[in-house]
Amino acid sequence: MLHFLRRRLPVAIRVALTVLTLSFLLTRLSGDLAISIAGPNASQEDIELIRSAYGLDRPLWVQYFDWLWRALQGDFGDSYFFKTRVARLIMERMPITMTLGLCGLFIALCVALPLGILAAVRENTWVDRSVLMVALIGQAMPSFWLGLILMVVLGLNLGWLPISGTGSWEHYVMPSIVLSFSAIPSLMRLTRSGMIEALASDYIRTARAKGLSRLSILVKHGFRNAAIPVVAIAAVQLGFMLGGSIVIETVFALHGVGYLAWESISKNDFPVVQAVVLVLALIYIGLTLLSDLLNAVLDPRLRSA
Amino acid sequence: MSALLDIEDLRVTFGGTAAVRGISLTVEKGETHCLVGESGCGKSVTSLAVMGLLAKGGKRDAARLSFAGDDIRDYNEAQMSRLRGDRMAMIFQEPMTSLNPAYTVGSQMTEVLRRHRGTPRAQAVDRAVELLTRVGITAPGLRLGQFPHQLSGGLRQRVMIAMALMCDPELLIADEPTTALDVTVQAQILRLLAELQKDLGLGILLITHDLGIVARVADRVSVMYAGEVVESAPTAELFRAPRHPYTRGLLSCVPVPGKVKRDEPLGSIPGVVPRIPPGFTGCAFRDRCSFAEAACAGTLPRRNVGPAHEMLCVLPEGVPA
Ligand SMILES: Nc1ncnc2c1ncn2[C@@H]1O[C@H](COP(=O)(O)OP(=O)(O)O)[C@@H](O)[C@H]1O
Ligand code: SF4
Ligand SMILES: [Mg+2]
Repeated sequence: MLHFLRRRLPVAIRVALTVLTLSFLLTRLSGDLAISIAGPNASQEDIELIRSAYGLDRPLWVQYFDWLWRALQGDFGDSYFFKTRVARLIMERMPITMTLGLCGLFIALCVALPLGILAAVRENTWVDRSVLMVALIGQAMPSFWLGLILMVVLGLNLGWLPISGTGSWEHYVMPSIVLSFSAIPSLMRLTRSGMIEALASDYIRTARAKGLSRLSILVKHGFRNAAIPVVAIAAVQLGFMLGGSIVIETVFALHGVGYLAWESISKNDFPVVQAVVLVLALIYIGLTLLSDLLNAVLDPRLRSA
Repeated sequence: MSALLDIEDLRVTFGGTAAVRGISLTVEKGETHCLVGESGCGKSVTSLAVMGLLAKGGKRDAARLSFAGDDIRDYNEAQMSRLRGDRMAMIFQEPMTSLNPAYTVGSQMTEVLRRHRGTPRAQAVDRAVELLTRVGITAPGLRLGQFPHQLSGGLRQRVMIAMALMCDPELLIADEPTTALDVTVQAQILRLLAELQKDLGLGILLITHDLGIVARVADRVSVMYAGEVVESAPTAELFRAPRHPYTRGLLSCVPVPGKVKRDEPLGSIPGVVPRIPPGFTGCAFRDRCSFAEAACAGTLPRRNVGPAHEMLCVLPEGVPA
């Protein structure tokens, strides 16, 4: 296990550094920062003042290391629009996005795993085909569109759930459902193919030869092996879902990090946009590492490697 | 009293392949019945059909399939699962892939006992240690905590054997169980099986390529070719007077009974076992048989050619001695 970490951790760190560097370069390459900060009506003197105040007159590499050093300490500067520390903004919003992502993943797993197992057990029957069809439809449906449909039906027509805002747990229900849809098809297909492979294996035949119960054969012996890639992908999917929250939080006006990203993009609030993208990217890298670790934890053959 | 395992006219098809074509055989309590024949002649399919463990697409049909006097032809999965692992156990031909990679040897061995007997964990572990010791595994306690990938092929095969014996089954179906084992270990396992037969009346259907083992342990031998039993006789009788041309071919390198060498492979006959479509008539061996005649394409008689000695061939007395 330690050996495994020693191999994977440096890779993750290199990727993270690359993301940090790219993120820095993108803001510098997208035009003169001092001009965009100063705004359209600023005079040349104002711009020069801002340039030196923000340290933008220093050589690029000095700026880079200065920025990197601060970023590594969680200091992303001040928001132009909210007039507070960017780090604080993100800290405030992150729990909302995390809750949304985890709820979405939870719902996705609750739907995808049983359906995937069912499809595998009933391989090539109408059950299997219906399940695959549902997966196809789920994948083809844009999330903002599904979000709007749910709002109209569950929110406006039936009045069961609030259609926007952040106040209570009920505000998370619809966004989580919509978010889960993006993860369900791939998780389900992976569960199905893993189960089909497992069920055709010799060790399942052994489990049957031992007279074990149907549940033990399917879940303990079959799913236990099919689950290894599914769990790993689920961690990666959570990363995708956090990214996808930008659209969904905007649709449902759920004030998480995704909503923050949308607000700051429309307000030209550079440091916030940059920090949100960076934080999401780092979380994604972390989840990929976690996914590898989960793989190693679940697969005894990797564990001792 | 009826036989422990009584099979009559067992047939298995996989789509357009007739893998088993009307096999009849019995295994008595305390008896070892050996099934021999070239690779691909349907030995594994026969044993899987008895256990109700055929791969997807396999269709089974039989005039009789009874275990300890009970007709098990129409048993559903739940009824079979109560027999399997408890009263009838199987050792598979594939030791490398037959253990679950995700669980320790101990967990996989003890769950059989826990399932059928509700044995407490500690006692089940004791039983596993006992059996691992009896199949010649040193440091059984260590092995119980290991995963299959940490064991060699020979160790895995012995674990499979020990696991099949956990519940003291009445019938053991063993599909080439000692192929990956060295001679000493093999002898130890054959001794163990003989003991179990003497003490508990274990009946064994043993599939093997090794004529040395057949000569040593079999009470009765059935020779299979292309899904049929072409000759069946008590062991001594078969080695003394093999009558079927195919049996002759198999035994050609061991002409003297009682002088069978260890690890003797089956004699090699030019050609391969053909794939037989359903509805095929005549002798499936006729393309390879040096005694073939026109009548071999018709329906073959099954006749007695000695004491409890049956043969499927047009030659009235079989191959002359
Ligand atoms: N799962 C399967 N699907 C299709 N055909 C099979 C399957 N298993 C076995 N067969 C057919 O049955 C024949 C007998 O196979 P098998 O019983 O494994 O032979 P062996 O005597 O070597 O154990 C093979 O030639 C093969 O064509
Ligand atoms: S039936 Fe004919 S072909 Fe078949 S074994 Fe006998 S003699 Fe040979
Ligand atoms: Mg075989």
